[in-house]
Amino acid sequence: MSDRIEIRFAGFGGQGIALMGRLVGEVISLHEKGKQSVMTQSYGPESRGGASSCDVVIDTQTIDYPKSTEIDYFVVMSEEAYHKYIPRLKKGGIIFVEENLVTLDDQAKKASKIFKLPATAIAETLGSRLYANIAMLGFVCANTDLFSEEAFIQVMKAKVRARFIEKNLTAFEMGKNHK
Amino acid sequence: MSDNKENTPMVNTGEYFTSGNLAVAEGSLAAGCKFFGGYPITPSSEVAEHMSIKLPQTKGHFVQFEDEIASIASILGASWGGWKSMTATSGPGYSLMLENIGLGIMTETPCVIVNVQRAGPSTGLPTLVGQQDIQQARWGSHGDYEIIALSPNSVQECFDLAITAFNLAEEFRVPVTILMDETIGHMSEKLVIPEKEKIEIVNRKKPTDEADGHLPYKADEDLIPPMAVAGEGYNVITTGLTHDERGYPALEADAQKVLLTRLLDKIRKNKDKIIRLEEYMLDDAEFVIISFGISSRAAKGAVNLAREKGLKVGYLRLITIWPFPDERIAQIAEKVKAIFIAEINSGQVTKEVQRVVKGEAEVHGLLKLGGAIHTPSEIVEEIERRLK
Repeated sequence: MSDRIEIRFAGFGGQGIALMGRLVGEVISLHEKGKQSVMTQSYGPESRGGASSCDVVIDTQTIDYPKSTEIDYFVVMSEEAYHKYIPRLKKGGIIFVEENLVTLDDQAKKASKIFKLPATAIAETLGSRLYANIAMLGFVCANTDLFSEEAFIQVMKAKVRARFIEKNLTAFEMGKNHK
Repeated sequence: MSDNKENTPMVNTGEYFTSGNLAVAEGSLAAGCKFFGGYPITPSSEVAEHMSIKLPQTKGHFVQFEDEIASIASILGASWGGWKSMTATSGPGYSLMLENIGLGIMTETPCVIVNVQRAGPSTGLPTLVGQQDIQQARWGSHGDYEIIALSPNSVQECFDLAITAFNLAEEFRVPVTILMDETIGHMSEKLVIPEKEKIEIVNRKKPTDEADGHLPYKADEDLIPPMAVAGEGYNVITTGLTHDERGYPALEADAQKVLLTRLLDKIRKNKDKIIRLEEYMLDDAEFVIISFGISSRAAKGAVNLAREKGLKVGYLRLITIWPFPDERIAQIAEKVKAIFIAEINSGQVTKEVQRVVKGEAEVHGLLKLGGAIHTPSEIVEEIERRLK
């Protein structure tokens, strides 16, 4: 299990959390040679505003257990989700946080790195908060080796409706270039 | 309504990142399914949704009925009309279908029922995982019978076993259940759909004798009667009553014995052709974890974890749950000290293993009651605790 990497995306319903997992899962499964991935998501009667999370597990070998146990990468877009899942972050894990929606506390100290992005504010400059998830993925892409930009854009173009694609590409770019 | 009786498969060759529910639908299309009758219910609804989009593109038919009783009745009728047919449901809907699944067994009607299991009883946990319909799939309809049930543990296997399910249904003329679960149904993984030529398809035997005097329930040596469908010139007759080779009601003990013995034996004597198992690290195993469906993913992780700790644990996965692999489990029991069964129910397969093992090895259920899946470390801890 040495190559196993666990990512948890979490926030509230309406932020496109499950889409983040689906896109990253597909990029890795279909475009990253030698790697496999499994995506699972919280599934319930909640809708917009409720808690939402999904896991992407990546490995170079067959993935047995499909959900996260000790999170390597925690991509968090809401305060509620932060408090709910931060105990499951592996010591030395990495946090990507929507800095205007989450106040970190002492529990974040076990992370080896914390990357902060005003993802919603970036999205609002494009006319809608809906682009915050893709901005965050641009930021994740720039600061990790998890997936390549080219493969991600290829998948996004195939999965995102044509009339939204341009702004999503811009959101990705803005997240990627954020320092 | 008999267009496309060739049941031309729809094979969408390619690589996908998709869910178990969509994969089981794609597998059914690739097997040549041409009729879906169903009533949406979570966590199975995506199967119906996908079939409603795809079937009209392949001269197939999708009908959403008023309930699950009508749905199962419709797929039996569609099968007698010559179409490969299926439905998909979850626990509450499966309960409603059981009477007519019995009719399918008695009338020897090939069809496929997908049950994406959630936790019950009753409405239970509609959106959360369960594996509690295992014995229901075996015994839920009244009377004595043998049945086939398969349990995939990956998105790829949802596709592959959908094809297997249709093939077995056609070959043995019996309803086949695919026992999925919420987690398998909703998780996404890579799915590879092969080229059409690489997919083996089995179609029901057709009669070759004269239509005049044809006996629709006279079996060949393999105990399976050839099946003519409506519109091919042969008499087509179906009844839930005990019947003779003509298909006429024969309401007496001798006819019952003849018919039921054949219905039981056509499955029992072909167990080798029906049973599929996955084995891992069994050669030197002192302990074995038996599991199926989503639980087997955690069980395999547990085997690897236990091996790292020096515990000689092996793995047996039931891909076919019914008929039950009595012989193989009995063989394994002779060699190991203890058998653990990881399942999300109160011991439905555990009791079956106890029946087979007859005290040759210790048998322990690692049981969860629904709503959550096992983790590998949880299984290993439980094994260590039991071994103390």
